[in-house]
Amino acid sequence: MANVALPRPVENFLLELGRFTQLVGRLFAWTPRPPYDVRELFRQMVRVGLGSIPVVLLTALFTGGVMALQTFTVLRRFNAESYVGTLVALSMVRELAAVLSSLIVAGRSGSAMGAELGTMRVTEQIDALEVMATDPVHYLVVPRVWATVLTLPLLVVLADALGVAGGYLVSVPLMGANPISYLHASFQFMDLKDLFSGLIKAAVFGFLIAVIGCQQGFYTTGGAEGVGRSTTKAVVLASIAILISDFFLTRLLF
Amino acid sequence: MTEPKRSNESPPAPTSGETLKIRIRGLMKSFGPKRVLDGVDLDIQKAESLVIIGGSGTGKSVLLKHIIGLLKPDAGTVEIDGVAMESLSNRELTEFRRRFGMSFQEGALFDSMTVGENVGFPLTRQTQMTAAERRDRVEECLELVRLSGVADKVPSQLSGGMRRRVGFARAIAVEPEILLFDEPTSALDPIATGKIEDLIDELRKKVTIIIVTHNMQQAARVSDRTAFMLAGDDRIGRLVEYGETRLLFTNPRDRRTEDYITGRFG
Repeated sequence: MANVALPRPVENFLLELGRFTQLVGRLFAWTPRPPYDVRELFRQMVRVGLGSIPVVLLTALFTGGVMALQTFTVLRRFNAESYVGTLVALSMVRELAAVLSSLIVAGRSGSAMGAELGTMRVTEQIDALEVMATDPVHYLVVPRVWATVLTLPLLVVLADALGVAGGYLVSVPLMGANPISYLHASFQFMDLKDLFSGLIKAAVFGFLIAVIGCQQGFYTTGGAEGVGRSTTKAVVLASIAILISDFFLTRLLF
Repeated sequence: MTEPKRSNESPPAPTSGETLKIRIRGLMKSFGPKRVLDGVDLDIQKAESLVIIGGSGTGKSVLLKHIIGLLKPDAGTVEIDGVAMESLSNRELTEFRRRFGMSFQEGALFDSMTVGENVGFPLTRQTQMTAAERRDRVEECLELVRLSGVADKVPSQLSGGMRRRVGFARAIAVEPEILLFDEPTSALDPIATGKIEDLIDELRKKVTIIIVTHNMQQAARVSDRTAFMLAGDDRIGRLVEYGETRLLFTNPRDRRTEDYITGRFG
């Protein structure tokens, strides 16, 4: 048997990539098969979505506010303050709401999936599922992934709204912009494509977060310490995946 | 690696008038550099109770997990009713496992479900029972392991021994053809142990049972045949001896078996 020694990081990367691909393959193979556990899907949607709402809203509100402050200072140099609204709204809707919400969900739900499935792995609960003629990908991974894919765009819609509101709150009461023309500027140049591109990004990020979280949990070894490692890796790898795929999605969508 | 001497090799005991249920040949498994199974051959007949006995870390549980296809062998084969487990696709394997029941060392109960939902899980997934029928069967199984009335508790509210018994109840709930028990009674008090052994004794007349244990008294009580595994420098992951429990215990052919039985080892 030919044993080609690869550098450790390369080997690890290929291993993770292989597992990711395999899990995605199994996910798509099992998704159309009955029984369909709609209750579990909703349960997971609530778990992913509801708990994240306060943090996502807070983040969006303040990011919108900071964007307004920053762009106001810069744009004033060109006498272009009237475009603050445009800039804030487009940046939030096209880019920031999706990326920031996804990073928050990666920290909250991706890690939870890693920990939960990891614990199930090390306590043989995943083996027990298999033994009882239940495919663990079908039972555990399918509802988690689709729940995240469906929920993240909903969170992003809320984040979009709060981001624009944050910009408004800074610009109008604080900087003295005209409320009517600020709102007009916010939506003047926006079309549905901007909105949808953000939502598509959110769905893709949701997919990555859940698959990576489940994958890390699924392949956990080494007891409690292993679960800790899986949880950390779930967040780190999902965040990296979000940031890198964001670049390619942006290239693709615009 | 040098091939260790295989003196006292026990070939799978020939049996007549029975039907072969499980056939294992040349099973090899390593985890990293560590070889855990090194050419295990084993035959298990229909409605036979086999105990796999041996010290800790001798690959007993690993062997069990190969039988149910949770682990894939590096080499060798496990055939159930003539079907090679390692040749099955993921989906076929999931279907194939309907004929199995298994209880795990630490119970492996789903901690997000109640005890009743745990025992009812295989019934929900593998049978067409109505909710009322399921409830009855769950209560019946819990009563068999002397745990009636805990169905609404969650696993974290139970002691380790109780969890183990719930795992046992869950394994027998669908009345599978093959039952695998990984240390079914360690951490149980003598009364509960006796009860579980009575249950196994009852079940062994109808179904194929494989029990992993390091309790020799138990092996003597509940098994027709015993396979003895021993960890050692030279013979790791192999069966030292295999045969009828009565003969193996009264007249062991290998000195290491004798040592284990008389308590000079392990």
